[in-house]
Amino acid sequence: MTGYLARRALQAIVVMLIVSVIVFVLLHSLPGGLVRAQLGPKASRFAVFQLERTEGLLKPLPLQYLIWLANLVKGNLGFSYYMNQPVASLLGHYLPRTLLLVGVSTLFTVAVAVPMGMWQGFRRNRIDDHLLSASMLILYAMPGFLLGVIGIILLSLDVPVLPSTATAFGSGLGTDVTVLVLPIATLFLGNISYYSRYMRSAVIDNLLEDYVRTAYAIGNPARRVLLRHVLRNSLSSTVTMLGLTLPYVFSGALIVEELFNFPGIGLLFWNASQTRDYPVLLGVVLVVTAAVVAGSLLADVGYAALDPRVRYVRR
Amino acid sequence: MSAAERPGGGAPAAEGARVPGEGRPAAIAAPGALPGLWPGAAEPAGPGPRLPAKRLLRRGGVVWQNRLALAGLAVIIGLTLFSFAGPLIYRTNQTATNLLLANRPPSAAHLLGTSPEGRDEIGQLMVGGQSTLEVGFAVALLATAFGMAWGAVAGYIGGILDAILMRVVDAMLAIPFLFFVVLLASILTPNLGVIILALTAVSWLSTARLVRGEVLSLRTREFVAASKSFGARHRFVIVRHLAPNVLGVVVVNATLKMADAILAYASVAFLGLSVPPPATSWGDLLTTGIGQVFNGYWWQLWPPAVAIVLIVLAVNVVGDGLHDLVERRLERR
Repeated sequence: MTGYLARRALQAIVVMLIVSVIVFVLLHSLPGGLVRAQLGPKASRFAVFQLERTEGLLKPLPLQYLIWLANLVKGNLGFSYYMNQPVASLLGHYLPRTLLLVGVSTLFTVAVAVPMGMWQGFRRNRIDDHLLSASMLILYAMPGFLLGVIGIILLSLDVPVLPSTATAFGSGLGTDVTVLVLPIATLFLGNISYYSRYMRSAVIDNLLEDYVRTAYAIGNPARRVLLRHVLRNSLSSTVTMLGLTLPYVFSGALIVEELFNFPGIGLLFWNASQTRDYPVLLGVVLVVTAAVVAGSLLADVGYAALDPRVRYVRR
Repeated sequence: MSAAERPGGGAPAAEGARVPGEGRPAAIAAPGALPGLWPGAAEPAGPGPRLPAKRLLRRGGVVWQNRLALAGLAVIIGLTLFSFAGPLIYRTNQTATNLLLANRPPSAAHLLGTSPEGRDEIGQLMVGGQSTLEVGFAVALLATAFGMAWGAVAGYIGGILDAILMRVVDAMLAIPFLFFVVLLASILTPNLGVIILALTAVSWLSTARLVRGEVLSLRTREFVAASKSFGARHRFVIVRHLAPNVLGVVVVNATLKMADAILAYASVAFLGLSVPPPATSWGDLLTTGIGQVFNGYWWQLWPPAVAIVLIVLAVNVVGDGLHDLVERRLERR
């Protein structure tokens, strides 16, 4: 187990290093350079030169990368020249809300998708399976913001029970929790089809395995075979799936936060893209990716805990 | 075609590997396939005694059976004709702004009403469909070509190069794609080319993984080893054995990629990154429609919504049909 974890952790670090290189290259491929982006096209050449010198932009690129990386490790993600704040403190402010949004909606998604996928796999090609599959496909075919808007139309306009924006969320203690319902529901509906489809085919595959036949043959009742053997075996691959789909969940959060004006990291990112606040843009990409990498590492740990075989087999 | 017919001389013994009591192989998940659309009574497999022709017909039969996939294909062709040939027949002014005509509800003159700029909505849907379908096709094509090359090199050469290439894929997959696209688009000025480029940059990754995996497993198969032991060169092995066997899976993947690209384009348009006006896309129209929800201008919201859902469903259903086709072929080998 320890060896497996160490290997996976090392892999995660390598991935983060490559991401940091990609982000660094993007940062330095800005048209006109970072300083021009900051000072604007009318800045004098002297002002540009001065800022480039104080920011250390005249040093060779590899050296700049190392300095930047060292700063990152120390938690210095740069300074937002638009918001006039360190990027790290902005992230510390906005990230927890996004994690809450993503976490709660993912919990709901899994809690519904797993039993549903099991049911569908068990009732494969019956009418209820087809109906569920068809509705999942239609959910998949809808852009996330369309789902959200339908929610707003139904529950904020037609029957005004829920607020259509979440701007107020996080502005003070004891804020209204109802603002969270629509954003979470939108993310939930947007992601559920991935997991239920996957769970369904995992269950179908497992039902064909020899161990299921054996389990039936030695006299286990269907409920026990399903809940004890098939569920566990299907679940372990769905947990990996969970790690793999985390980037999509965060992408969905970007859309949902923009739609509902939810003050999370996605909205921060979007606003920064409107003002071309590059330190914030890059800081958000780095931190969100780190969250994804940490999440999939966690999923792999869960996978190893569920499925002992993983711990021993070298990848 | 003939190269694809002979998947490396694999044993044809797996012919009967079906699930008992099932008309279709079990591993196939065909979401949305309604019962009754899978006729158990297959068409007679053609009278010809010659094997290739018979097989071809049987395969054609598989497609024919899958009426849902055919319906999907019809929808794709229909929407493509609507978008590209439609403006030739249904002439509207899609460049001028006419505020006197703004936000008109559906009427005889404008069957789906007008946009906030006073343009005919049906005409808008046509223009929007053009960029939407162009992005879908282009991204699927480019991402598949690039991902296939990347994955094939990684899988075939292996070793340290494989490790490096695949870690890059891992890293890029870990960046949530919308964040990456928004970042790229805020560095470059968005236009059709930039959007295609940005979406391709995030779409080729899964193809690379898929192809690498396939190549890795094919590389150790008996027929490849046999071919090599006869002294076949790399190029021969790749062209004759690997490519035909990978192609089926890749085509299915490319189809689904097109659906994903269209959805992603809509999301990106919602975030404000799209083709410069007066060009538009279904995602842009939908975004405009969302802004008008509170005014009650439903004709600006639902038509583009239906268009997007329709095309994504159609492409998916076709992808599932192709998947069935490929699965059956794989089963035979």
